[in-house]
Amino acid sequence: MSKVVVVDYGMGNLRSVAKAIEHVAPTAEVRVSSAAAEILAADRVVVPGQGAMPDCMRELSARGLRDAVIRAAAEKPFLGICVGLQMLFGHAEEGDVMGLEILPGRVPRFPEAAMVAPDGSRLKVPHMGWNQVHQAEAHPLWDGIADDARFYFVHSYYVEPQDPDVIAGSTHYGIPFTSAIARANIFAVQFHPEKSAQAGLRLLGNFMRWNP
Amino acid sequence: MLAKRIIPCLDVNAGRVVKGVNFVELRDAGDPVEIAKRYDDQGADEITFLDITASSDDRDIILHIVEAVASQVFIPLTVGGGVRQVDDVRRLLNAGADKVSMNTAAVNNPQLVADASARVGAQCIVVAVDAKQTSPGRWEVFTHGGRKNAGLDAIDWARKVESLGAGEILLTSMDRDGTKVGFDLALTRAVADAVGIPVIASGGVGNLQHLADGVTQGRADAVLAASIFHYGEFTVRQAKEYMRTRGIEVRL
Repeated sequence: MSKVVVVDYGMGNLRSVAKAIEHVAPTAEVRVSSAAAEILAADRVVVPGQGAMPDCMRELSARGLRDAVIRAAAEKPFLGICVGLQMLFGHAEEGDVMGLEILPGRVPRFPEAAMVAPDGSRLKVPHMGWNQVHQAEAHPLWDGIADDARFYFVHSYYVEPQDPDVIAGSTHYGIPFTSAIARANIFAVQFHPEKSAQAGLRLLGNFMRWNP
Repeated sequence: MLAKRIIPCLDVNAGRVVKGVNFVELRDAGDPVEIAKRYDDQGADEITFLDITASSDDRDIILHIVEAVASQVFIPLTVGGGVRQVDDVRRLLNAGADKVSMNTAAVNNPQLVADASARVGAQCIVVAVDAKQTSPGRWEVFTHGGRKNAGLDAIDWARKVESLGAGEILLTSMDRDGTKVGFDLALTRAVADAVGIPVIASGGVGNLQHLADGVTQGRADAVLAASIFHYGEFTVRQAKEYMRTRGIEVRL
Protein backbone atom coordinates (compact mmCIF):
# COMPACT_ATOMS: atom_id res chain seq x y z
CA MET A 1 0.00 0.00 0.00
CA SER A 2 1.32 3.38 -1.03
CA LYS A 3 1.84 5.90 1.74
CA VAL A 4 1.50 9.55 0.75
CA VAL A 5 2.23 12.45 3.06
CA VAL A 6 0.64 15.86 2.53
CA VAL A 7 3.10 18.24 4.15
CA ASP A 8 1.43 20.41 6.79
CA TYR A 9 3.28 23.61 7.52
CA GLY A 10 0.26 25.52 8.71
CA MET A 11 -0.62 27.10 5.37
CA GLY A 12 -3.66 26.41 3.26
CA ASN A 13 -6.48 24.01 2.89
CA LEU A 14 -4.77 20.66 3.40
CA ARG A 15 -7.95 18.78 4.07
CA SER A 16 -9.08 19.32 0.47
CA VAL A 17 -5.85 17.92 -0.93
CA ALA A 18 -6.02 14.88 1.36
CA LYS A 19 -9.73 14.29 0.61
CA ALA A 20 -9.16 14.48 -3.12
CA ILE A 21 -6.28 11.97 -2.94
CA GLU A 22 -8.37 9.63 -0.79
CA HIS A 23 -11.10 9.91 -3.39
CA VAL A 24 -8.85 8.83 -6.29
CA ALA A 25 -6.68 6.36 -4.36
CA PRO A 26 -8.97 4.65 -1.83
CA THR A 27 -6.38 2.04 -0.88
CA ALA A 28 -3.56 4.51 -0.23
CA GLU A 29 -2.65 5.67 3.24
CA VAL A 30 -2.99 9.46 3.16
CA ARG A 31 -1.39 11.37 6.01
CA VAL A 32 -1.40 15.09 6.66
CA SER A 33 1.78 15.57 8.63
CA SER A 34 4.21 18.13 9.95
CA ALA A 35 6.72 15.52 11.13
CA ALA A 36 9.99 15.45 9.20
CA ALA A 37 10.43 11.74 9.97
CA GLU A 38 7.07 10.94 8.44
CA ILE A 39 7.87 12.91 5.28
CA LEU A 40 11.16 11.05 4.94
CA ALA A 41 9.43 7.68 5.41
CA ALA A 42 6.65 8.36 2.88
CA ASP A 43 6.45 6.74 -0.57
CA ARG A 44 5.13 9.97 -2.08
CA VAL A 45 5.07 13.56 -0.93
CA VAL A 46 2.66 16.37 -1.74
CA VAL A 47 3.53 19.94 -0.83
CA PRO A 48 0.47 22.16 -1.12
CA GLY A 49 0.49 25.79 -0.18
CA GLN A 50 -1.65 28.84 -0.12
CA GLY A 51 -1.14 32.33 1.07
CA ALA A 52 1.93 34.46 1.08
CA MET A 53 5.30 33.04 0.09
CA PRO A 54 7.22 34.68 2.99
CA ASP A 55 4.82 33.14 5.53
CA CYS A 56 5.14 29.75 3.85
CA MET A 57 8.95 29.85 3.89
CA ARG A 58 9.00 31.02 7.49
CA GLU A 59 6.57 28.32 8.65
CA LEU A 60 8.46 25.63 6.76
CA SER A 61 11.65 26.59 8.59
CA ALA A 62 9.94 27.12 11.95
CA ARG A 63 8.59 23.58 11.82
CA GLY A 64 11.94 22.14 10.83
CA LEU A 65 10.59 20.82 7.54
CA ARG A 66 12.87 22.56 5.10
CA ASP A 67 15.44 19.78 4.82
CA ALA A 68 12.80 17.04 4.73
CA VAL A 69 11.06 18.75 1.79
CA ILE A 70 14.36 19.22 -0.05
CA ARG A 71 15.21 15.54 0.51
CA ALA A 72 11.76 14.44 -0.66
CA ALA A 73 12.11 16.54 -3.80
CA ALA A 74 15.42 14.80 -4.50
CA GLU A 75 14.23 11.24 -3.91
CA LYS A 76 10.50 10.55 -4.13
CA PRO A 77 7.54 11.14 -6.39
CA PHE A 78 6.91 14.75 -5.41
CA LEU A 79 3.92 16.92 -6.22
CA GLY A 80 4.01 20.66 -5.55
CA ILE A 81 0.79 22.67 -5.66
CA CYS A 82 0.56 26.48 -5.93
CA VAL A 83 3.05 27.86 -3.41
CA GLY A 84 4.38 24.27 -3.33
CA LEU A 85 5.49 24.96 -6.92
CA GLN A 86 6.73 28.48 -6.28
CA MET A 87 8.92 27.49 -3.35
CA LEU A 88 10.99 25.17 -5.55
CA PHE A 89 12.52 28.23 -7.19
CA GLY A 90 14.78 31.06 -6.09
CA HIS A 91 13.87 34.69 -5.56
CA ALA A 92 10.21 35.48 -4.94
CA GLU A 93 9.01 39.01 -5.54
CA GLU A 94 6.34 38.51 -2.89
CA GLY A 95 8.00 39.59 0.33
CA ASP A 96 11.43 39.57 -1.33
CA VAL A 97 12.33 36.10 -0.03
CA MET A 98 14.27 33.15 -1.39
CA GLY A 99 12.62 29.82 -2.07
CA LEU A 100 14.27 26.43 -1.66
CA GLU A 101 16.35 26.95 -4.83
CA ILE A 102 15.85 23.39 -6.02
CA LEU A 103 15.29 24.75 -9.53
CA PRO A 104 16.84 27.93 -10.93
CA GLY A 105 14.40 30.70 -11.62
CA ARG A 106 12.32 33.39 -9.98
CA VAL A 107 8.74 34.08 -8.94
CA PRO A 108 7.48 37.48 -10.16
CA ARG A 109 4.04 39.08 -9.84
CA PHE A 110 1.76 39.48 -12.85
CA PRO A 111 2.94 42.75 -14.41
CA GLU A 112 0.29 45.46 -14.08
CA ALA A 113 0.95 46.79 -17.60
CA ALA A 114 0.18 43.45 -19.28
CA MET A 115 -3.11 42.86 -17.47
CA VAL A 116 -5.41 43.85 -20.31
CA ALA A 117 -8.01 41.58 -21.95
CA PRO A 118 -8.45 41.46 -25.75
CA ASP A 119 -11.58 43.64 -25.37
CA GLY A 120 -9.56 46.28 -23.52
CA SER A 121 -10.98 45.53 -20.07
CA ARG A 122 -8.75 45.03 -17.08
CA LEU A 123 -7.56 41.54 -16.17
CA LYS A 124 -7.97 41.08 -12.45
CA VAL A 125 -5.23 39.93 -10.09
CA PRO A 126 -5.40 37.42 -8.41
CA HIS A 127 -5.77 35.28 -11.51
CA MET A 128 -8.79 33.42 -10.17
CA GLY A 129 -10.82 30.77 -11.94
CA TRP A 130 -10.63 28.11 -14.62
CA ASN A 131 -7.96 28.53 -17.25
CA GLN A 132 -6.46 26.28 -19.90
CA VAL A 133 -3.20 24.41 -19.46
CA HIS A 134 -1.28 23.74 -22.63
CA GLN A 135 0.81 20.62 -22.21
CA ALA A 136 4.39 21.36 -23.28
CA GLU A 137 5.33 17.69 -23.32
CA ALA A 138 3.88 14.24 -22.80
CA HIS A 139 4.14 13.24 -19.15
CA PRO A 140 2.62 10.42 -17.08
CA LEU A 141 0.78 13.03 -14.98
CA TRP A 142 -1.02 14.34 -18.07
CA ASP A 143 -2.23 10.85 -18.95
CA GLY A 144 -5.91 10.91 -19.89
CA ILE A 145 -6.12 14.70 -19.60
CA ALA A 146 -6.90 16.61 -22.80
CA ASP A 147 -4.42 19.23 -23.93
CA ASP A 148 -5.70 22.71 -23.02
CA ALA A 149 -7.98 21.25 -20.32
CA ARG A 150 -9.11 23.77 -17.73
CA PHE A 151 -7.89 23.78 -14.14
CA TYR A 152 -8.73 26.05 -11.22
CA PHE A 153 -6.17 28.77 -10.47
CA VAL A 154 -5.90 31.34 -7.74
CA HIS A 155 -2.62 33.24 -7.54
CA SER A 156 -0.95 36.59 -8.11
CA TYR A 157 2.60 35.34 -8.67
CA TYR A 158 3.93 32.80 -11.16
CA VAL A 159 7.18 30.91 -11.75
CA GLU A 160 9.72 31.83 -14.38
CA PRO A 161 12.08 28.85 -14.72
CA GLN A 162 15.57 29.57 -16.04
CA ASP A 163 15.70 26.18 -17.76
CA PRO A 164 12.91 25.91 -20.36
CA ASP A 165 13.29 22.12 -20.33
CA VAL A 166 11.45 21.88 -17.00
CA ILE A 167 8.29 23.48 -18.41
CA ALA A 168 5.52 20.86 -18.56
CA GLY A 169 2.58 23.18 -19.05
CA SER A 170 1.79 26.80 -19.80
CA THR A 171 -1.20 29.08 -19.46
CA HIS A 172 -2.11 32.50 -20.82
CA TYR A 173 -3.32 35.34 -18.64
CA GLY A 174 -2.25 38.69 -20.01
CA ILE A 175 1.09 36.99 -20.57
CA PRO A 176 2.02 33.36 -21.14
CA PHE A 177 3.32 31.81 -17.93
CA THR A 178 4.53 28.42 -16.73
CA SER A 179 1.69 26.58 -15.01
CA ALA A 180 3.37 23.18 -14.59
CA ILE A 181 6.95 21.97 -14.31
CA ALA A 182 8.47 18.51 -14.40
CA ARG A 183 11.96 17.29 -13.65
CA ALA A 184 12.79 13.67 -12.85
CA ASN A 185 10.69 12.77 -9.78
CA ILE A 186 9.26 16.29 -9.37
CA PHE A 187 5.98 17.51 -10.83
CA ALA A 188 4.55 20.80 -9.67
CA VAL A 189 1.58 22.88 -10.73
CA GLN A 190 0.38 26.43 -10.21
CA PHE A 191 -3.29 25.41 -10.30
CA HIS A 192 -5.21 23.43 -7.69
CA PRO A 193 -5.87 19.87 -8.90
CA GLU A 194 -7.82 19.19 -5.70
CA LYS A 195 -10.32 21.88 -6.80
CA SER A 196 -10.28 21.19 -10.53
CA ALA A 197 -13.11 18.63 -10.78
CA GLN A 198 -12.48 15.65 -13.11
CA ALA A 199 -9.26 16.92 -14.72
CA GLY A 200 -7.75 17.60 -11.32
CA LEU A 201 -8.78 14.26 -9.86
CA ARG A 202 -7.28 12.54 -12.89
CA LEU A 203 -3.95 14.32 -12.34
CA LEU A 204 -3.91 13.30 -8.66
CA GLY A 205 -4.74 9.72 -9.63
CA ASN A 206 -1.88 9.79 -12.16
CA PHE A 207 0.46 11.05 -9.45
CA MET A 208 -0.51 8.19 -7.15
CA ARG A 209 0.35 5.68 -9.91
CA TRP A 210 3.52 7.45 -11.07
CA ASN A 211 6.84 5.63 -10.76
CA PRO A 212 9.51 8.03 -12.00
CA MET B 1 -8.19 32.16 -21.81
CA LEU B 2 -9.67 32.48 -18.34
CA ALA B 3 -13.30 31.35 -18.26
CA LYS B 4 -16.06 33.46 -16.77
CA ARG B 5 -17.43 31.58 -13.80
CA ILE B 6 -20.98 30.53 -13.01
CA ILE B 7 -21.56 30.13 -9.31
CA PRO B 8 -24.76 28.66 -7.92
CA CYS B 9 -25.48 30.09 -4.49
CA LEU B 10 -27.09 28.15 -1.70
CA ASP B 11 -28.64 30.12 1.14
CA VAL B 12 -28.52 27.76 4.09
CA ASN B 13 -30.78 28.09 7.11
CA ALA B 14 -30.32 25.62 9.98
CA GLY B 15 -29.00 22.97 7.60
CA ARG B 16 -31.43 23.40 4.69
CA VAL B 17 -31.13 25.34 1.45
CA VAL B 18 -33.72 28.11 1.31
CA LYS B 19 -34.50 31.00 -1.03
CA GLY B 20 -36.19 34.27 -0.18
CA VAL B 21 -37.42 37.28 -2.08
CA ASN B 22 -35.71 40.56 -1.20
CA PHE B 23 -34.04 38.71 1.69
CA VAL B 24 -37.38 37.72 3.29
CA GLU B 25 -40.07 35.02 2.79
CA LEU B 26 -37.90 31.90 2.91
CA ARG B 27 -38.84 28.81 0.89
CA ASP B 28 -37.28 25.37 1.33
CA ALA B 29 -35.16 24.31 -1.66
CA GLY B 30 -33.50 21.11 -0.43
CA ASP B 31 -30.49 19.35 1.07
CA PRO B 32 -27.20 21.26 0.69
CA VAL B 33 -24.96 18.26 0.01
CA GLU B 34 -27.32 16.82 -2.59
CA ILE B 35 -27.73 20.16 -4.33
CA ALA B 36 -23.99 20.86 -4.30
CA LYS B 37 -23.30 17.48 -5.91
CA ARG B 38 -25.91 18.12 -8.58
CA TYR B 39 -24.35 21.47 -9.44
CA ASP B 40 -20.88 19.94 -9.58
CA ASP B 41 -22.20 17.32 -12.03
CA GLN B 42 -23.73 20.10 -14.13
CA GLY B 43 -20.35 21.84 -14.39
CA ALA B 44 -20.63 24.60 -11.78
CA ASP B 45 -17.32 26.46 -11.47
CA GLU B 46 -17.67 27.07 -7.75
CA ILE B 47 -20.37 26.85 -5.13
CA THR B 48 -21.20 29.53 -2.59
CA PHE B 49 -22.96 28.86 0.68
CA LEU B 50 -24.47 31.75 2.56
CA ASP B 51 -25.36 30.74 6.09
CA ILE B 52 -28.40 32.80 7.03
CA THR B 53 -29.05 30.84 10.23
CA ALA B 54 -30.32 33.32 12.76
CA SER B 55 -29.85 31.27 15.90
CA SER B 56 -26.32 31.15 17.24
CA ASP B 57 -27.08 27.65 18.60
CA ASP B 58 -27.24 26.34 15.05
CA ARG B 59 -24.10 28.09 13.87
CA ASP B 60 -21.91 24.99 13.81
CA ILE B 61 -24.26 23.16 11.44
CA ILE B 62 -22.65 24.96 8.53
CA LEU B 63 -19.24 23.50 9.47
CA HIS B 64 -20.63 19.97 9.15
CA ILE B 65 -22.23 20.82 5.83
CA VAL B 66 -18.97 22.22 4.50
CA GLU B 67 -17.11 19.12 5.67
CA ALA B 68 -19.62 16.81 4.00
CA VAL B 69 -19.60 18.76 0.74
CA ALA B 70 -15.81 19.14 0.64
CA SER B 71 -15.27 15.40 0.84
CA GLN B 72 -17.50 14.78 -2.20
CA VAL B 73 -17.30 17.88 -4.37
CA PHE B 74 -13.91 18.89 -5.77
CA ILE B 75 -14.48 22.45 -6.92
CA PRO B 76 -13.97 25.65 -4.90
CA LEU B 77 -16.37 26.33 -2.06
CA THR B 78 -17.08 29.76 -0.63
CA VAL B 79 -18.87 30.15 2.67
CA GLY B 80 -20.29 33.33 4.15
CA GLY B 81 -22.66 34.41 6.88
CA GLY B 82 -22.01 34.99 10.53
CA VAL B 83 -18.26 35.47 10.15
CA ARG B 84 -17.16 37.83 12.90
CA GLN B 85 -13.54 37.10 13.66
CA VAL B 86 -10.40 35.63 12.17
CA ASP B 87 -11.07 32.44 14.09
CA ASP B 88 -14.42 31.98 12.29
CA VAL B 89 -12.52 32.26 9.00
CA ARG B 90 -10.02 29.64 10.08
CA ARG B 91 -12.70 27.23 11.26
CA LEU B 92 -14.51 27.44 7.93
CA LEU B 93 -11.29 26.96 5.95
CA ASN B 94 -10.34 24.01 8.15
CA ALA B 95 -13.75 22.47 7.52
CA GLY B 96 -12.99 22.54 3.79
CA ALA B 97 -14.02 25.98 2.54
CA ASP B 98 -11.66 27.61 0.05
CA LYS B 99 -12.89 31.14 0.51
CA VAL B 100 -14.77 32.87 3.27
CA SER B 101 -17.10 35.76 2.64
CA MET B 102 -17.83 38.53 5.13
CA ASN B 103 -20.19 41.47 5.03
CA THR B 104 -21.55 43.04 8.22
CA ALA B 105 -18.43 42.20 10.21
CA ALA B 106 -16.22 43.86 7.58
CA VAL B 107 -18.30 47.03 7.70
CA ASN B 108 -18.29 47.12 11.49
CA ASN B 109 -14.61 46.29 11.70
CA PRO B 110 -12.64 46.82 8.48
CA GLN B 111 -9.50 45.69 10.28
CA LEU B 112 -10.99 42.19 10.24
CA VAL B 113 -10.50 42.09 6.45
CA ALA B 114 -6.86 43.08 6.86
CA ASP B 115 -6.23 40.67 9.73
CA ALA B 116 -7.93 37.73 8.02
CA SER B 117 -6.16 38.45 4.74
CA ALA B 118 -2.79 38.61 6.46
CA ARG B 119 -3.47 35.36 8.28
CA VAL B 120 -4.92 33.17 5.53
CA GLY B 121 -4.10 35.05 2.33
CA ALA B 122 -6.11 37.43 0.17
CA GLN B 123 -7.23 34.61 -2.11
CA CYS B 124 -9.38 33.22 0.72
CA ILE B 125 -11.10 36.48 1.60
CA VAL B 126 -14.26 37.58 -0.17
CA VAL B 127 -16.05 40.72 0.91
CA ALA B 128 -19.77 40.64 0.19
CA VAL B 129 -21.08 44.09 -0.68
CA ASP B 130 -24.85 44.44 -0.50
CA ALA B 131 -25.72 47.66 -2.32
CA LYS B 132 -28.90 49.61 -2.85
CA GLN B 133 -29.35 52.54 -5.21
CA THR B 134 -30.03 55.74 -3.29
CA SER B 135 -29.90 58.20 -6.19
CA PRO B 136 -28.96 57.98 -9.89
CA GLY B 137 -25.38 56.69 -10.13
CA ARG B 138 -25.05 56.27 -6.38
CA TRP B 139 -25.32 53.04 -4.40
CA GLU B 140 -24.93 52.60 -0.67
CA VAL B 141 -23.83 49.60 1.35
CA PHE B 142 -26.35 47.74 3.48
CA THR B 143 -25.72 45.22 6.23
CA HIS B 144 -27.75 42.84 8.39
CA GLY B 145 -29.27 41.13 5.38
CA GLY B 146 -30.27 44.41 3.77
CA ARG B 147 -31.96 46.01 6.77
CA LYS B 148 -29.36 48.53 7.83
CA ASN B 149 -27.77 51.32 5.80
CA ALA B 150 -24.07 51.42 6.61
CA GLY B 151 -23.73 54.95 5.25
CA LEU B 152 -20.96 53.95 2.83
CA ASP B 153 -20.71 54.56 -0.89
CA ALA B 154 -20.56 51.11 -2.50
CA ILE B 155 -17.78 51.98 -4.96
CA ASP B 156 -15.60 53.64 -2.31
CA TRP B 157 -16.18 50.66 -0.04
CA ALA B 158 -15.19 48.21 -2.80
CA ARG B 159 -11.91 50.11 -3.31
CA LYS B 160 -11.36 50.20 0.44
CA VAL B 161 -11.77 46.44 0.93
CA GLU B 162 -9.44 45.80 -1.98
CA SER B 163 -6.78 47.92 -0.28
CA LEU B 164 -7.41 46.09 3.00
CA GLY B 165 -6.62 42.75 1.35
CA ALA B 166 -9.86 41.28 0.01
CA GLY B 167 -9.23 38.87 -2.87
CA GLU B 168 -12.66 39.12 -4.41
CA ILE B 169 -15.94 41.06 -4.15
CA LEU B 170 -19.36 39.45 -4.12
CA LEU B 171 -21.60 42.29 -5.22
CA THR B 172 -25.33 41.96 -4.60
CA SER B 173 -27.92 44.47 -5.71
CA MET B 174 -30.46 44.60 -2.90
CA ASP B 175 -32.90 46.28 -5.27
CA ARG B 176 -32.76 43.32 -7.64
CA ASP B 177 -32.29 40.35 -5.32
CA GLY B 178 -35.12 37.86 -5.82
CA THR B 179 -36.86 40.00 -8.46
CA LYS B 180 -35.73 38.05 -11.57
CA VAL B 181 -35.45 41.23 -13.64
CA GLY B 182 -31.67 40.97 -14.12
CA PHE B 183 -28.53 42.30 -12.45
CA ASP B 184 -28.12 45.99 -11.72
CA LEU B 185 -25.67 46.29 -14.62
CA ALA B 186 -24.71 49.91 -13.93
CA LEU B 187 -23.75 49.02 -10.37
CA THR B 188 -21.86 45.91 -11.50
CA ARG B 189 -19.94 47.81 -14.17
CA ALA B 190 -19.11 50.67 -11.80
CA VAL B 191 -17.64 48.33 -9.18
CA ALA B 192 -15.92 45.99 -11.66
CA ASP B 193 -14.18 48.95 -13.29
CA ALA B 194 -13.23 50.46 -9.94
CA VAL B 195 -11.24 47.53 -8.53
CA GLY B 196 -8.41 45.28 -9.67
CA ILE B 197 -9.78 42.16 -7.94
CA PRO B 198 -12.47 39.88 -9.39
CA VAL B 199 -16.10 40.87 -8.95
CA ILE B 200 -18.99 38.39 -8.75
CA ALA B 201 -22.32 39.84 -9.83
CA SER B 202 -25.36 38.78 -7.82
CA GLY B 203 -29.01 39.62 -7.35
CA GLY B 204 -31.85 39.56 -9.85
CA VAL B 205 -31.10 36.73 -12.30
CA GLY B 206 -34.29 35.48 -13.92
CA ASN B 207 -33.02 34.03 -17.20
CA LEU B 208 -29.86 33.05 -19.02
CA GLN B 209 -29.58 36.33 -20.87
CA HIS B 210 -29.23 38.08 -17.52
CA LEU B 211 -26.19 35.94 -16.70
CA ALA B 212 -24.54 36.82 -20.02
CA ASP B 213 -25.35 40.51 -19.61
CA GLY B 214 -23.62 40.50 -16.22
CA VAL B 215 -20.39 39.55 -17.96
CA THR B 216 -20.65 41.49 -21.21
CA GLN B 217 -22.26 44.70 -19.92
CA GLY B 218 -21.53 44.48 -16.21
CA ARG B 219 -17.95 43.28 -16.82
CA ALA B 220 -18.26 40.84 -13.94
CA ASP B 221 -15.66 38.08 -13.67
CA ALA B 222 -18.25 35.66 -12.36
CA VAL B 223 -22.01 35.51 -12.05
CA LEU B 224 -23.94 34.10 -9.13
CA ALA B 225 -27.50 32.87 -9.12
CA ALA B 226 -29.72 30.78 -6.90
CA SER B 227 -33.38 30.35 -7.78
CA ILE B 228 -33.04 29.78 -11.55
CA PHE B 229 -30.94 26.72 -10.72
CA HIS B 230 -32.67 25.47 -7.54
CA TYR B 231 -36.11 25.04 -9.02
CA GLY B 232 -34.82 23.30 -12.13
CA GLU B 233 -35.65 26.11 -14.57
CA PHE B 234 -32.16 25.87 -16.03
CA THR B 235 -29.13 23.71 -15.43
CA VAL B 236 -25.69 25.23 -14.99
CA ARG B 237 -24.70 23.51 -18.23
CA GLN B 238 -27.52 25.18 -20.15
CA ALA B 239 -26.39 28.50 -18.74
CA LYS B 240 -22.85 27.88 -19.95
CA GLU B 241 -23.95 26.72 -23.38
CA TYR B 242 -26.00 29.88 -23.73
CA MET B 243 -23.12 32.09 -22.60
CA ARG B 244 -20.86 30.43 -25.15
CA THR B 245 -23.30 31.32 -27.94
CA ARG B 246 -22.93 34.90 -26.75
CA GLY B 247 -19.16 34.65 -27.27
CA ILE B 248 -18.29 34.32 -23.58
CA GLU B 249 -15.43 32.02 -22.60
CA VAL B 250 -16.78 29.28 -20.30
CA ARG B 251 -15.62 25.91 -18.99
CA LEU B 252 -17.73 23.24 -20.68
